[in-house]
Amino acid sequence: MDFANYDPSGANRSREIISAKIVIAGGFGVGKTTLVGAISEIQPLTTEALMTAAGVGIDDPSKVPGKETTTVAMDFGRITMAEDLILYLFGTPGQTRFWFMWDEIIRGAVGAAVLVDTRRITDAFAPLDYFENRNLPYVVALNRFDGASHYEAEEVREALAISPDVPMVMCDARQRDSVKQVLVTVVEHAMLRLQAEHGYPASVG
Amino acid sequence: MEPRRDPRGALVRPYAVTRGRTEPLQNIALEAVLSCSASQCTEARFAGHDKYRIATVCEGRAQSLAEIAAYTRMPLGVTRVLVADMVAEGLLTLHTAAPATGFAARMNLLGRVLSGLREL
Repeated sequence: MDFANYDPSGANRSREIISAKIVIAGGFGVGKTTLVGAISEIQPLTTEALMTAAGVGIDDPSKVPGKETTTVAMDFGRITMAEDLILYLFGTPGQTRFWFMWDEIIRGAVGAAVLVDTRRITDAFAPLDYFENRNLPYVVALNRFDGASHYEAEEVREALAISPDVPMVMCDARQRDSVKQVLVTVVEHAMLRLQAEHGYPASVG
Repeated sequence: MEPRRDPRGALVRPYAVTRGRTEPLQNIALEAVLSCSASQCTEARFAGHDKYRIATVCEGRAQSLAEIAAYTRMPLGVTRVLVADMVAEGLLTLHTAAPATGFAARMNLLGRVLSGLREL
């Protein structure tokens, strides 16, 4: 037993809690909130910015079968990893009118996963461009929908002009283990990028 | 606690609770973690309804700015002004205002997140 952390009175409770965040992006209705909900320890919460009411009706839910509500702000989830470490998952607002919120969401983020619906891959252009421009490490996750055609990952890579060093993973946003794998890929990729930027050879221990 | 469900929206102009101030005393990240001890929470009883609500949300469980906004059903900007005030008044403890920068600190954080994910 390690008595170094023994703290019966809780006197050490002021120890600093650190947090990290991973951004989940993708087109409207692609399953961002589903992905967050599959692994979050809390029901995904919604934080609203002030002008959200004006955005109602801009997105067109009729284009996406089975989705009635519009995500007007950002949904997020939480994973408490240790007493002093919390990981947050922030979904980007579905509407591209909310770019100002994206800047806030990605500031200091570990990295991002761009969720792609293979039926509507062009929806991924905006988030891909955005993360490229902001130099945020990202991976592409192909969400498998029931009845959706299964494109080969490399076809999608070519169609979206994604550079070869960006990892691509297949996922099912409803499955916890699948989502976990997406997040692991994001963090590993972020570590490789950080090492490369500091002149280390490409390897993650 | 339940997140916002009321479709009618706020009945009070949002920044009325900050007396019209829209700039926080310090900028606090969405994911910055805040906590409130029992004594801070007691103290917050006298700080007004909205601040007391924020204190109770953070009592016993550290919460991010984003969570505080969601649970109190206040817009993010308003919440940030109030939370920054409460940090200045000693009613809340701010853990990390901004994420780690610098190679070693960053790699350490990423490494901890990676092993945390693998252990899920």
